[in-house]
Amino acid sequence: MSSVTALSNDDIRDLYRELILDHARQPRHYGVLAGATHSAEGINPLCGDKLHLHLRVDDAGVVRDVAFEGSGCAISVASASLLTDEVLGLSRENALAKMEQVTGALRGEATADELGKLNALLGVREFPSRVKCASLAWHALSAALGGRRIASTEN
Amino acid sequence: MKPLKAESDDALLNVRDDFPALDQAIHGHPLVYLDSAASAQQPQAVIDAVANYQQSDHANVHRGVHTLSHRATEAYEGARDKLRAFINAASRSEIVLTSGTTESINLVAQSYGRPRLQRGDQVLITHLEHHSNIVPWQLVCEQTGAELIVAPINEDGSLDVERMIELMTEAVRIVAVGHVSNALGTVNPVRRIVDAAHECDIPVLVDGAQGVPHMAVDVQALGCDFYVFSGHKMFGPTGTGVLYGREALLDAMPPWKGGGDMILEVRFDGTVFNELPYKFEAGTPNIAGVIGLGAAVDYLKRVKLDRIAAHETALLAYLTQQLSEIDGLRLIGTAPDKASVQSFLVGDIHPHDLGTILDHQGIAIRTGHHCAMPVMQRFDIPGTARASLALYNDRDDVDRLVSAVRKAQEIFA
Ligand SMILES: Cc1ncc(COP(=O)(O)O)c(C=O)c1O
Repeated sequence: MSSVTALSNDDIRDLYRELILDHARQPRHYGVLAGATHSAEGINPLCGDKLHLHLRVDDAGVVRDVAFEGSGCAISVASASLLTDEVLGLSRENALAKMEQVTGALRGEATADELGKLNALLGVREFPSRVKCASLAWHALSAALGGRRIASTEN
Repeated sequence: MKPLKAESDDALLNVRDDFPALDQAIHGHPLVYLDSAASAQQPQAVIDAVANYQQSDHANVHRGVHTLSHRATEAYEGARDKLRAFINAASRSEIVLTSGTTESINLVAQSYGRPRLQRGDQVLITHLEHHSNIVPWQLVCEQTGAELIVAPINEDGSLDVERMIELMTEAVRIVAVGHVSNALGTVNPVRRIVDAAHECDIPVLVDGAQGVPHMAVDVQALGCDFYVFSGHKMFGPTGTGVLYGREALLDAMPPWKGGGDMILEVRFDGTVFNELPYKFEAGTPNIAGVIGLGAAVDYLKRVKLDRIAAHETALLAYLTQQLSEIDGLRLIGTAPDKASVQSFLVGDIHPHDLGTILDHQGIAIRTGHHCAMPVMQRFDIPGTARASLALYNDRDDVDRLVSAVRKAQEIFA
């Protein structure tokens, strides 16, 4: 018998909960962004997911506009869509702090306090092979704000 | 040994019990393993052969006078003889043991291709190839200035053979073609390709990684110049593989790697290389793995390759028919001549999501580009879900897959 912990029947529904499916089907802020000041590509070479994240950060360092495009699984697209909702209006520092908070929670290292809607992403913690899908857009965010063009889940 | 039981009403085998890994639960469901094209499970006979060797026969090969070294060498070289018979090579000198298909192709690209290729020459492959039958040729083309050209495929995933033959001009120095496509299951008309290439004096390498697990292969009947495959896809251990090459070609090729075992005499003013096949086998080989691979050959012989082919043909027909009855499911790869693999997409569910939902129900399939990105580009899709069959699968596995796909549709409804 395998040592894999048996998942309850509801885990899969928990992973693909309504909020995730909704964002995957109708991603928010999907498209290109005229006047973007920061852009980065997030790549997951294992499954071929590819997302482009674009941001417009004003002189005061606040994210004023955001968009993403690309293709990926429901988890990575929903995560990117949720990200765009989340970072709008945040300062650069707060956006990066949010990134740390979310990726930490996805890895199971941080608590899920104050994640709000983003809690919906935490279903992946029962699916180790999918954590990278949920993290992809967030790594792209960190790359874009850090002036790097590409974020890969493999390094 | 227990007799193999055929189900009386059709061609199906019943050998699942020979494979201990299949007897486990995944997420509370009995495992359904439909990912043998990526790597196949091993029968108990292979596991035992490796364990027995490790337990009582291990020593280095080709070196010692002592008993263990003798035993190890006998078993290792015995496996080479089995592999020779398995693909009906003319001589054991033509069986070079490698770490797998990938190493075998790189060896041919570098040792056969590199000294011969130059600017203006072409290497001809097909659009169906696995990355390991693309990238080694790209590398040697880069090194030599030769050009890589690609025979197209049709909408159903079959090779455009007429076009491929037209591409066999004087500039082509080698043709490399897969026997069976790992992404789509297309069986290529290798014999016809070899005949056409030989008319133009072009040698042909056949990537048989997906051929040998599913059908009897006779390299002399195929007429190919090189035939390569991996142990782990034919129920043997990982890190083993074969390069078959016609003796005249191998003889004329320089060694690829240098080291122990591949030499007769080493002097600082010149080294005499060993005879075939040892010239290409530098260093201590994967002795345990090769012995396991020999046991895999014995196992396949015992089950009989023609019965395996019949079993899989019947099961693939059932799989394809059952999948095609699912609303919104699109089959990718519907060539008339196919083996063991069916790729598909379900509505707009990303293959990765489908893979997770199926795994949750105990069903292992492969999702993604299957190391054949150009095939995905050809169909303009990010990847597929792929169910691949082996001798141990049965109708029940197919039924479980189908009901799990329906469950995924419910979740995404
Ligand atoms: C058609 C084909 N060629 C080559 C390979 C590479 O085999 P390996 O990784 O064992 O070297 C594979 C395995 O995925 C394959 O399916």
